[in-house]
Amino acid sequence: MSKYPAGENNSYILLRQRAIPDLDNLDIYRQHGGFTVLEKAITSMKPDEVIEVVKGSGLRGRGGAGFPTGLKWSFIDKDNWPHYVVANADESEPGTFKDREIMEGNPYQFLEGIAICAYAIQSSAAYIYLRGEFWQISANLDRHIEALGVAGLLGDNLFGSDYSLHIYTHLGAGAYICGEETALLESMGGKLGQPRLRPPFPPSFGLFGKPTVVNNVETLTNVPPIVERGAEWYRTMGTEKSSGPKIFSLSGRVSRPGNYELPLGTTFRELIYEHGGGIPNGRSIKAIMAAGASSALIVANDEALDTPMDYESVPALGAQLGSASVIVIDDSISIPWLINKTTHFFKHESCGKCTPCREGTYWMMHLTDRIANANATQEDVALLHAVASQIRGKCLCALGEFSIEPVLSGIERFKADFDTAVSETNNN
Amino acid sequence: MTKLVTLTIDGMQVSVPEGTLVVDAAKKIGIEIPVFCYHPKMEPVGMCRMCLVEIGRPVIDRSTGQPVLEDDGSPKIQFSPNLETACTTPVGAGMVVLGATEKARSGREDIIEFLLTSHPLDCPICDKGGECPLQNLTIKYGSGQSRYLYDEKKHFVKHVSLGELIFLDRERCIQCGRCVRFQSEIVDDPVIGFFHRGRALEIVTYSNPGFDSYFSGNTTDICPVGALTTADFRFGARPWELNKAASICNHCPVGCNLTMNVRREAASGGDWVVKRVMPRQNESVNEIWVCDKGRFGYHFAASSSNDQTSFKRLSQPLVRKNAGSDHPGELVPASWDEALSVVSERFAEAGDGLLALAGGRLANEDLFNLKQLTTTLGGEAVLYTHMAGGELTTQLGIQPGSDIGTMGQGDAILVVACDLMEEAPIWWLRVKQAAERGSQLIILNSRSTKLDQAAAFVLRYPFGAETSAVLAMLNALSEKRLRLPEAVQVLERDPTLQAAAEVFSGANNALIMYGSDCIGLTESQALAQACANLLDATGHVGRPNNGLLGVWPRANDQGAWELGFQTQTKLEDALGAAAALYIVAADPAGDDPTYLGQSGFGGKAFVVVQDLYLTQTARLADVVLPAQSWIERDGSFTSGERRAQRFYPVIPPRTAPVSRAESPSTNKAPLLIAGDEVMESPLPDFAITAMITLRIDSEARITASSAARVFNQMAETVPAFSDQTYLELAQVHEQWPIVGRDDLYYGGTSYENTGGLGMQLALNTSDTPSTTRLAGTTVEFIRMPKLGQIAFPIARLYDRGKTLMPSQLLHERIGEPYIVLNVNDAEMLRIQDGDVVHMTVANREPDSPDRVTTGQTVVVQARLDQELPERVVLVPRSFGIPIDKPTPVEIRRTE
Ligand SMILES: Cc1cc2nc3c(=O)[nH]c(=O)nc-3n(C[C@H](O)[C@H](O)[C@H](O)COP(=O)(O)O)c2cc1C
Ligand code: SF4
Ligand code: SF4
Ligand code: SF4
Ligand code: FES
Repeated sequence: MSKYPAGENNSYILLRQRAIPDLDNLDIYRQHGGFTVLEKAITSMKPDEVIEVVKGSGLRGRGGAGFPTGLKWSFIDKDNWPHYVVANADESEPGTFKDREIMEGNPYQFLEGIAICAYAIQSSAAYIYLRGEFWQISANLDRHIEALGVAGLLGDNLFGSDYSLHIYTHLGAGAYICGEETALLESMGGKLGQPRLRPPFPPSFGLFGKPTVVNNVETLTNVPPIVERGAEWYRTMGTEKSSGPKIFSLSGRVSRPGNYELPLGTTFRELIYEHGGGIPNGRSIKAIMAAGASSALIVANDEALDTPMDYESVPALGAQLGSASVIVIDDSISIPWLINKTTHFFKHESCGKCTPCREGTYWMMHLTDRIANANATQEDVALLHAVASQIRGKCLCALGEFSIEPVLSGIERFKADFDTAVSETNNN
Repeated sequence: MTKLVTLTIDGMQVSVPEGTLVVDAAKKIGIEIPVFCYHPKMEPVGMCRMCLVEIGRPVIDRSTGQPVLEDDGSPKIQFSPNLETACTTPVGAGMVVLGATEKARSGREDIIEFLLTSHPLDCPICDKGGECPLQNLTIKYGSGQSRYLYDEKKHFVKHVSLGELIFLDRERCIQCGRCVRFQSEIVDDPVIGFFHRGRALEIVTYSNPGFDSYFSGNTTDICPVGALTTADFRFGARPWELNKAASICNHCPVGCNLTMNVRREAASGGDWVVKRVMPRQNESVNEIWVCDKGRFGYHFAASSSNDQTSFKRLSQPLVRKNAGSDHPGELVPASWDEALSVVSERFAEAGDGLLALAGGRLANEDLFNLKQLTTTLGGEAVLYTHMAGGELTTQLGIQPGSDIGTMGQGDAILVVACDLMEEAPIWWLRVKQAAERGSQLIILNSRSTKLDQAAAFVLRYPFGAETSAVLAMLNALSEKRLRLPEAVQVLERDPTLQAAAEVFSGANNALIMYGSDCIGLTESQALAQACANLLDATGHVGRPNNGLLGVWPRANDQGAWELGFQTQTKLEDALGAAAALYIVAADPAGDDPTYLGQSGFGGKAFVVVQDLYLTQTARLADVVLPAQSWIERDGSFTSGERRAQRFYPVIPPRTAPVSRAESPSTNKAPLLIAGDEVMESPLPDFAITAMITLRIDSEARITASSAARVFNQMAETVPAFSDQTYLELAQVHEQWPIVGRDDLYYGGTSYENTGGLGMQLALNTSDTPSTTRLAGTTVEFIRMPKLGQIAFPIARLYDRGKTLMPSQLLHERIGEPYIVLNVNDAEMLRIQDGDVVHMTVANREPDSPDRVTTGQTVVVQARLDQELPERVVLVPRSFGIPIDKPTPVEIRRTE
């Protein structure tokens, strides 16, 4: 029997620590088959074969953009060496807390995933970039990496081959923008955390200017089961274009917030009502943010609730799945208040490199401040919409584009809330 | 040849080299795509998003690889949904760029509106107002009305000093990053950077002193707003009040092209005042940059006789009177007529006993006339310098068609005994860039310099072994090996030296730049000879981008060499022996009292000093003649790259009495009318010399009338100048990038060159053939003394020289006189870092290097250095410490 069951309820592929106690102990992890996949890859597979398996699995990046992982690995420039792997553990999207649970509970599967990825692109140095607040996790990872070294599972000439790998952790200083992969690479290079101009993309110009694969923690944690059980098996989970399991971080006005590992394509209704226990205090659901603060607000009607959460269906609702951090908004919440929160966040996190985001988020913050505090007019709402629209499509990176998602969708889909907010101004 | 790519921009077809950015392709055909963060000298970053355009690309059929055609047969073009940044997009074949559409225009309007939400709009009190890209583009793309609430604007405390030279107004900064990128990408001085993020992003300096870079002023030219201003110009004037005149920097042999901005000021009695110095584009010389010495060090030339400091300018001739047997008499004002008749009489008497000592800041025309005078009388024309070898640069130097900016892959540059950053900063930049383009840079020096970072080979020789080090390279390439002193044998065996020699020898083109780091006249002569031998042996002569280049201490030393000036190793003896001395633009007595000998230049000579100020030397003169500074007249300098370049009158002669005549128009300023009084005011050096000569020999072929006529006479007489006319020096051709027109947003406020790009001189081939010329190089080597120290002179860009001290704003950077000592020596002498010490200079004839005789003593600060070898002391030149060659000294702690 494989250590990875198919993705049924309560049978975990990623959050296996929920079923196996002390999985963050290397011995326990090995007792459950740990590092046999890495050994298999290194001793019996060519690097390109590994890439082919991952390609075939249909695994898509779990960091937000959903880019096919195997394809990304195959882009690595083979004429330029050395290569690097960087695991993106910046996890800064409001409402996202899945990578943290993986790294705390099932760290070795994540590290094994890094190692397999590194082998596939023939990189002998991999880095884990963690947000500054994850210093405790970072220290734990250091211990685990050390344990792997002692066990001969990391280091030189692994499994008697001539392949060597070292993994290092690196702490950021707690900036959301450093989750954006090129800003992350700048930051790792000791520079100000600001996105780079692209192209070139990391697989040709990455860390220290060398070809680099940047993958999210969850993405990499998917790799060992894929390489063990094969692409076919993996595709049995999820939908045709969005295969495999996904950890949904559920938060907001739900009875049981938390991480839920479910196949991609699970409906919002199932997540929120079956797993999350529905909306507390007799309230009803009003809106859903599927991608944390970077979400367009989804009007939570029946059609939306019955929409499968995958990379194709959510966009059809005029929103994004992103990192699948599902924030539930109930009818007690005023949307102007909500977008004021998100706008403050983006204004605070804008790196300032490009004009529309730097100035636009600052302007939107002032406008939403006044609207949320009943100190604005309809003209201000219209202006807010105009400002958000004029940010659109002009930013250097996605952060600026994210910042307008809740604003535009909020104004367009929840007009009544804004009318109320403005009318209160007149009562002031 | 690079492949050409054809595309259409706003309906106009243009073919440009592959890889060209859309923004530059548009500029080439005169189409405006506004930019803020993009700068044609830097890599694109796509930050400001101002350059938005619509871009369409031909649709390619995937199966056939052929373009898909429309029904009418034209290629089908697909436009991307979003606007794209023209500054980051390389051109593509068949691309269609639309910049004038409503969509593109509204995109730019959006960006301008965003920028203005944070902008203080304090144009009326902003130094950039009038030449501000943001202001100009706001007029074009900005809305007349603000949708942003004024009291929601972000405020910062204004005017933060980034050091005493550059000030920052954070409210005005539009975070374009040009300044930061200039400092890191272009000049490799990453001393400023962004701090914080988002709207709080601000420029900070990491260095102490703040913004510690010799190139800092350039950031104020490329800053697209008034966020960065110089301490020199801020609050000084509005750009539209300024007139401009083309000039050439007079501080070092690079010969940076300048534009000086002037206006008349009531505060100066209606005089014209220089308000600022700006770079003027010359892509073969300084591109669009200048160093801060050139930018901030002009005050000496602009000072006046009203100046209350010690830099008060001479306003009229002085003649010594009432001298008796027991007293020297005094210098009293005299008319030009009187002064010139005394001088010409005494010079005629002196005949071939006349020694003309000229400083290298004089113009070609001044030097030529001086040479004519000494030729007329049979006297001697000596260049006042500590660096020799110039005649070799006229024969084996670089020739027309040379341009360091074109050197790259396959070429080599050897820099020896030179601290380029301190001696000629823009050359440092140009050489560094040549190395970045792939030139092999070889550095030979006794100590580390900033240029080392860019070098492929860094080789160290023991202090005093520079000539041997070059010969060691020659040895590495030849069968016949010169025997070299023991001290360089380690270097000689160094495989790096072997490799460097081979790279140099095998290079397509190779230059040697030699300087005077730690050496004096004798040593530099030998060094130049060794360099010439190396060039000759490797065939790197007589072709463009090959040859010997002297990094001279003065701007026009090269001109002096071309005109046949000589050096004098025993200058004090020569001064003492002369019957008459004509000292022009030199102050030997001020530099080193030893030159005076026992009783003032030997006591018997008739001494004429021609200068801007009453220098120490002038105080001892029999006649003092007031000269105009270079910015008060016209003329030409010859740069170290042998480029003759014209400078123009910037201000009227300083001390010319201003006519009080009123202009007939009520709106106009008073007219400047040159009256007769001007005749008692300073005159151009060449004119004074010509007037003296003509009084001696009215038939002499010499002219006082204009620099143009002197130049053309020079071109007739001196072969090196024979291909040139004064007029041709003023010619220009189109340069890339285009700067200084009405599109300041593109290149910054550096001026377009309309005053002339200059012309390089032909090589002097008339002299003896190379065999005798390059015959022998004696291998001398300075041995360290058993006792005491040897002081080696080094250059500092900011020194205490007379041409820099009048620039008050540089005083903090210049600092007090100091020496650098090895830590062990210091320990032995019980000296700590920062201590004040006495340094006693040995007799100026170190025939026996071990002998330390008591000479002058200076009081200086000691700085300690770990890297210096024992017994070596570094002494900055022009800091009032009379050391211009390796000299034994004794140092003791001041009790
Ligand atoms: C503003 C911004 C923040 C991001 N933050 C994260 C993050 O915290 N973690 C992450 O894995 N990816 C983040 N990303 C996505 C990364 O840029 C990148 O796409 C991802 O790490 C690639 O890994 P994947 O293909 O495995 O998803 C962010 C992107 C943007 C634009
Ligand atoms: S969009 Fe925002 S975060 Fe991204 S580069 Fe621009 S300013 Fe920085
Ligand atoms: S100071 Fe000027 S050049 Fe520097 S970032 Fe600000 S606007 Fe740009
Ligand atoms: S590099 Fe030399 S010529 Fe150029 S500005 Fe500086 S001092 Fe003047
Ligand atoms: S983004 Fe193109 S000029 Fe700034």
